[in-house]
Amino acid sequence: MKERLSVAFVAERQIPPAPPPAKTGGVVGWLRENLFSGIFNTVATLLSFAFVAYVLASVVPWLFLDSVWNASSLQECRKIDDGACLAVINERFLQFVFGFYPDGLRWRPVLAFALMFIAIWPALFASAPRKLLIFTGLYPLLAYWLIWGGSFWGPVGVLAGPVLGWACVRWLPGLMRGWLDERLVFLAAVGVGLLATVLWWLFGVTVFDDTLSAVLAVDLDSVESARLGGFLLSTIIGVSGIVGSLPVGIVLALGRQSNLLIIKACCVGFIEFIRGVPLITLLFVAWLLLAYFLPPGTEFDLILRVVIMVTAFASAYMAEVIRGGLAALPVGQYEAADSLGLDYWKSMQLIILPQALKVSIPGIVNTFIGLFKDTTLVIVIGLLDPVGLLQPIRADQNWNGIVWELYGFIALFFFIFCFAMSRYSMHLERNLDVGHR
Amino acid sequence: MTVAATEWDEERRSMTASSEIAVEITGMNKWFGEFHVLRDINLTVYRGERIVVCGPSGSGKSTLIRCINALESHQTGSIVVEGTALSSDIKNIDRIRSEVGMCFQHFNLFPHLSVLENCTLAPIWVRREPKKDAEDRAQYFLDRVKIGDQALKYPGQLSGGQQQRVAIARSLCMQPRIMLFDEPTSALDPEMIKEVLDVMVDLVETGMTMMVVTHEMGFARQVAHRVIFMDEGQIVEQNEPETFFNNPQSDRTKLFLSQILSH
Ligand SMILES: Nc1ncnc2c1ncn2[C@@H]1O[C@H](COP(=O)(O)OP(=O)(O)OP(=O)(O)O)[C@@H](O)[C@H]1O
Ligand SMILES: [Mg+2]
Repeated sequence: MKERLSVAFVAERQIPPAPPPAKTGGVVGWLRENLFSGIFNTVATLLSFAFVAYVLASVVPWLFLDSVWNASSLQECRKIDDGACLAVINERFLQFVFGFYPDGLRWRPVLAFALMFIAIWPALFASAPRKLLIFTGLYPLLAYWLIWGGSFWGPVGVLAGPVLGWACVRWLPGLMRGWLDERLVFLAAVGVGLLATVLWWLFGVTVFDDTLSAVLAVDLDSVESARLGGFLLSTIIGVSGIVGSLPVGIVLALGRQSNLLIIKACCVGFIEFIRGVPLITLLFVAWLLLAYFLPPGTEFDLILRVVIMVTAFASAYMAEVIRGGLAALPVGQYEAADSLGLDYWKSMQLIILPQALKVSIPGIVNTFIGLFKDTTLVIVIGLLDPVGLLQPIRADQNWNGIVWELYGFIALFFFIFCFAMSRYSMHLERNLDVGHR
Repeated sequence: MTVAATEWDEERRSMTASSEIAVEITGMNKWFGEFHVLRDINLTVYRGERIVVCGPSGSGKSTLIRCINALESHQTGSIVVEGTALSSDIKNIDRIRSEVGMCFQHFNLFPHLSVLENCTLAPIWVRREPKKDAEDRAQYFLDRVKIGDQALKYPGQLSGGQQQRVAIARSLCMQPRIMLFDEPTSALDPEMIKEVLDVMVDLVETGMTMMVVTHEMGFARQVAHRVIFMDEGQIVEQNEPETFFNNPQSDRTKLFLSQILSH
């Protein structure tokens, strides 16, 4: 008989490492494991398949097989076939895209849209050439010029404002150093820089534009804001809001953490006020009230006002999302940055924000998507975004009574944009995920 | 790198710390709200001196060394580091911090940067060194803490002991004049404690001024010039390690030592 099993044990040989087991059973194995593992799972799978099949059975013929692309009215559509009457989209497609943008000039927004992808490329993907960031910085003015037209020197003049301000901050301290307290020098330079920028925008730009136009006129036909509409309008407001709300949100979030009471109070006040008010109210403010407050005669474009309001609205939410990310960082990160002698801005830029923003990506993209869909609210102040364009179409004799096709089309447009953002954010999270922590 | 104890004694006798002052703390008090956490601290640290600070939990050891690089601000008294008085002037504070390296109990590496980037960040952005130089030096110190082959990994992929060694290398890359350690080994497993202590002993040979909060009494005996015992926010006793361990004066020290050495 064998000797008794005892507790004491010494391994007799060292077990060499072996490769992990291969995935079992290909397609069939996967199906069995994921869809038919147990009674409940099997029933759920069958029910889901039945549901999907049912939906597809009614949607596919309606949308693809029996749909009508060419007809001049709903009645005609119905005579031809009983599927979706996509003829309305075929007929009004350009209006959906451009609103009432003049026919011959439509290449301009298209060009601006195409250039947008080049501009955001280096911002989104680290593999892009870094030099392109210069183009990214200049893109907003270029896009503005292409879409609204007018003199080329206008946007250039606007750009010159911050350059002027920067020059003040860069060189004034050297000039002032002799006769001003060291600590005040920088503050004074920033103050002068800001003032110079604003004054330049208010008075300098027109003069600059006129002078240079007299020398060399570079003009595009100008297009009024009222003619912009459709997806073009949604994209302008959405993209500007997205691009603007992230930096403003970051500044607000940092301001809310500041030790300086005034800065903190301003940021908290702004955030709480904006969050406490519905976007529609803000849009009405942009539409009606601002006109009262601005000096008479100043022209302040309605779309620009809306963009400012939408950006302000989104950045308040953004600030709170980012604050969450900041709060998620261990204090040790702040202390380590401090102990290496990094000053506040450098430690924010290099240590704190990269980590806080990474944590906040889902929330940030959430805010972006919300903002983009909220652009449809501009309908209440009479701007013709895609949803706004539906009213005249449905009121048209020919297309009276058409619903699904139009709303579905608009939904598809928003879905593509929002889904792209969502996929991108997942890609980004995966890329930034280095090691566990 | 461990050296036989007798050799160490020899060397310690020959390496009496210089008479130049690295840190001078006079009449320093600190409160957290109502709580008087540091009470009338007077301490002079000479260049090249190695001081071990010990004491029961909550006695204010961490707070004391965090005051030296202004991670905590003190309310009364003065702290002078390498000739610069700690005031509320931010420029001053940043300069002192770049002269004083600090290692934390939980390493506090930057998880989004590779090991090499962790080490080059401050030299590049604070000292404005060319990237190449910073990288060369980082590689030198990483080799020195025996982790040079992991330079391209991220902190999350390293063990605790490896992370702490990277943290030490990161501080050294700033070429500090003083190194502060706040319980660098107390979050580590015994096996890793040794690898970190070895690195610290290696650092000793460079003549670095060091202040170490630790419960590793073996380390204290081996390398310290002076051991400081703190209790309830006060420096209760300080002495050469020999005398401190073999012949403690105050009752509180005796009690503490009996507790810490009994296991
Ligand atoms: N930020 C703070 N606010 C209020 N009290 C604090 C703060 N930091 C520390 N304390 C208190 O100050 C005292 C000293 O803390 P300190 O961290 O210096 O102790 P320590 O000697 O390092 O202890 P340990 O060995 O546990 O690390 C403790 O009683 C602690 O509760
Ligand atoms: Mg402590």
